[in-house]
Amino acid sequence: MDACGVASSSSSSSSSNPKPPHVLAVDDSIVDRKIVENLLKNSACKVTTAENGMRALEFLGLVDEQEQQNNLNSNGTKVNLVITDYCMPGMTGYELLKKIKESSVMKEVPVVVVSSENIPTRINECLEEGAQMFMLKPLKPSDVKKLTGHLIN
Amino acid sequence: MDAVTRLHRQLVDYSNSLFQEGILDNQFGHLQQLQDESNPDFVAEVVNLYFKDSERLLNEITVALDQQNVDFTKVGGHVHQLKGSSSSIGAQRVNNVCTAFRSFCEEKNIEGCQQYLQHLKQEYYLVKNKLQTLFQLQQQLLSAGGSIPAYEMR
Repeated sequence: MDACGVASSSSSSSSSNPKPPHVLAVDDSIVDRKIVENLLKNSACKVTTAENGMRALEFLGLVDEQEQQNNLNSNGTKVNLVITDYCMPGMTGYELLKKIKESSVMKEVPVVVVSSENIPTRINECLEEGAQMFMLKPLKPSDVKKLTGHLIN
Repeated sequence: MDAVTRLHRQLVDYSNSLFQEGILDNQFGHLQQLQDESNPDFVAEVVNLYFKDSERLLNEITVALDQQNVDFTKVGGHVHQLKGSSSSIGAQRVNNVCTAFRSFCEEKNIEGCQQYLQHLKQEYYLVKNKLQTLFQLQQQLLSAGGSIPAYEMR
């Protein structure tokens, strides 16, 4: 099984391995969270899951203006990729994408939106807002390998 | 024929029949491929989550359709969720019934919805039954000292 494309430093003195990519996966479906978690772990990633946009923002430390400014929550800086479902109650994946792209801490982090529905206007809307990719569910192992291999440096 | 060979064959035949009858599709196979020594109970865990979640949704749909003024958007939302998780584990027939059911929700067709709820329950309990049998056969094979055959993509 290939590790994610993480460059290892040639000058590292110890025998420590390069840090595995940390992925935040957001989905309101408990079944899909379990599956995506395992798909990612299978691609040698560290995974945190969140059941909705609000929890995701809390984890990333993007809820509070003051918190963001003081960089009180460093989780945001540890995350290398966010994968979010589009259709979620409360905050959609699109709205979560917007909030991430608006933040100074997280705006460079790739965000991938997934959906069970192939709706071109939805896809364009997400890509225009800065989503790295839009993928259709259900995700297969090859989809995840594509994601982690190309997006994470 | 020794017990392991017999059980192995029984499992392969049963598994093949589920795919041939369209009860399961390739997505289930992908899940089986994710299961390994470091993750030996993965498929059973996901499927058990699916059972719990689906039964909750079927219950919500039943209650929602029973109301004086049916909220078809709410029903449609539950059906959408059930469709999603069914698709994720490869429960193809359940997925297909959900698609048709959703149309009736959009049309606000109460008879269609009631009919399809029954249809949905039938397909769901069928796949539940089949998967439980599959897991039993796997357990029997493992207990006899055999190992679960790798899934071949179709």
